[in-house]
Amino acid sequence: MLHKLLRLPQGKWMLALYAVAAIALFCAPLYLSDFRLNLLAKFLAYAIVALGLDLIWGYTGILSLGHGVFFGLGGYAMAMYLKLTASGGRLPDFMEWSGLTALPWFWKPFNSFAFTVLAGILVPALLALILGYFTFRNRIKGVYFTILTQALVIITTTLFIGQQAYTGGTNGVTGYTKLFGYSIASPGTKTVLYLVTVAFLIAAFVLCRVLVKSRFGKVLRAINDGENRVRFIGYNPATYQMIAFSVSAGLAGLAGMLFVLHVGIISPSMMGIVPSIEMVLWVAIGGRGTLVGAALGAILLNSAKSVFSETYPDAWLFFMGALFVIVVVFLPKGAAGLFTQLKWFKRKEAGHEGADSVRYPAV
Amino acid sequence: MKEQTRSVILQCDDITVDFDGFKAVQGMNLRLLEGELRFLIGPNGAGKTTMLDMICGKTKPTSGRIVFGSAEITRMKEHQIAELGIGRKFQTPSIFRTLSVFDNLEIAMKQPRGVFATMRAKLRGEDRDRVHAQLAMIGLETKASWRAGDLSHGEKQWLEIGMMLMQEPQVLLLDEPVAGMTDNETEKTGELLREISRTQSVIVVEHDMEFVRNFASKVTVMHEGKLLKEGSMEEVQRDDRVAEVYLGKRRDADASRSTA
Repeated sequence: MLHKLLRLPQGKWMLALYAVAAIALFCAPLYLSDFRLNLLAKFLAYAIVALGLDLIWGYTGILSLGHGVFFGLGGYAMAMYLKLTASGGRLPDFMEWSGLTALPWFWKPFNSFAFTVLAGILVPALLALILGYFTFRNRIKGVYFTILTQALVIITTTLFIGQQAYTGGTNGVTGYTKLFGYSIASPGTKTVLYLVTVAFLIAAFVLCRVLVKSRFGKVLRAINDGENRVRFIGYNPATYQMIAFSVSAGLAGLAGMLFVLHVGIISPSMMGIVPSIEMVLWVAIGGRGTLVGAALGAILLNSAKSVFSETYPDAWLFFMGALFVIVVVFLPKGAAGLFTQLKWFKRKEAGHEGADSVRYPAV
Repeated sequence: MKEQTRSVILQCDDITVDFDGFKAVQGMNLRLLEGELRFLIGPNGAGKTTMLDMICGKTKPTSGRIVFGSAEITRMKEHQIAELGIGRKFQTPSIFRTLSVFDNLEIAMKQPRGVFATMRAKLRGEDRDRVHAQLAMIGLETKASWRAGDLSHGEKQWLEIGMMLMQEPQVLLLDEPVAGMTDNETEKTGELLREISRTQSVIVVEHDMEFVRNFASKVTVMHEGKLLKEGSMEEVQRDDRVAEVYLGKRRDADASRSTA
């Protein structure tokens, strides 16, 4: 019986596993406490960021240490909507404290939920597109691009902290009350928001998977292998990199919006250097170049972080450090890399049989 | 006589490239006819590879112009030139190592190269047949699902040639295609080049003189970035200046394979 099961084609196996994982996620409200469910919801939002990062880093080979900004922009968009709702037509409290008398023009459209959602995805995507246009077209790549993304983080956080009257400064934007008339802190709303996050995570996963499996995805991997060679077979790598970077940023924005709904606050520290680097670590440890690895990396690493920090409040950072070292030293392609290696190995073994008969090309 | 009826597909007029004062190529002219198999030879540093680099857009000439068909391509970007129909094979095999052999050929296939075109692209039955035909030609049928990086050196060379053919370019530029190949493989490559040149034009940079002698119809000899001599292999071999700079004192011994 088991033997027969194991003989299922690999694709069907994976599909079955995905289905089980999706069902487990959708049923989580039945077996997790409200507190745990809220934590998991946050981690699932992180997993969406990880998927996007994997697209640009794992598949295209471009390391962005600036995804905190895209995440933060999405977060602020949602925060502005929630804050305006909570203020009920009056000026948000932090603006009053800073001496503003009227709502700034760019806050006004955030009264609309539809606009908020669009802006939360499109503003980060557009910013990435613009940054990508100036860098990829000029063939700035590798570590230079990475440094530029760090600069973007510093510029953005400095701007957000400095413009206290418009952004809430270091404290960020918090103090939300309601979403569509429902209390945002009630367990019922939380459960619905969790389910919405699961749905978005699955949608993001499907989107990334379709992209990665398409010929577009193959070109991305080809760019990772040899950007110049891609040029000489007629593709313009810059366009591909720009689009991949932009999609990746849009997903981070989406995740930021969901994050704010679960956590109830967004501040510059959540889009800074450290969170940006942490996002890359999720992907590195889960396994770059595999979507499941990246998403699982985000979920498991953050779970480990919360378990360790609850159980060993003094020593948890050491545990995390040890985990990083182990993965980097022994699993350079991340946890998921193990399985990929195994797959290629098996194919190679199978391919060796009968290969000698056609050793020489038949011209 | 026959040459008169064929039209010029690629023309380099008086091109010069200056690398910080060093003129790698100086006032070079080259006319390639449709369906021509041309060999470009010369000692190390003669500027042969630089010529190929300029034609495919990797290096921009300091002066002069390059015309492909009816389009001037002197200042075009690499990918635009490739899309117009000039294929390039590099000296060291450069394939996409993490993609499968099949995928390498699939993305090289002649097709719309835009982002949205490749997102929507489906592998049609005829595309699959096309890839499989190419796999058969380069002898990698049984290794279609292999990771390309796991192929042997010779197989990678063949895969790259296969990728170039999948692009269906009108002009193919090959830089030392038989380097590192066995005699048997070299022979097959030569036959393949001859076959290709029935429908497409080919420029080959080559050091292997025996290979050049066996397959060349017309040879261009470069020396210190300049054109030294152009003609059939016999004419080139009779030329004293060529003998001096390239074949050197080993004129009698050149039957042995030289990879100078």
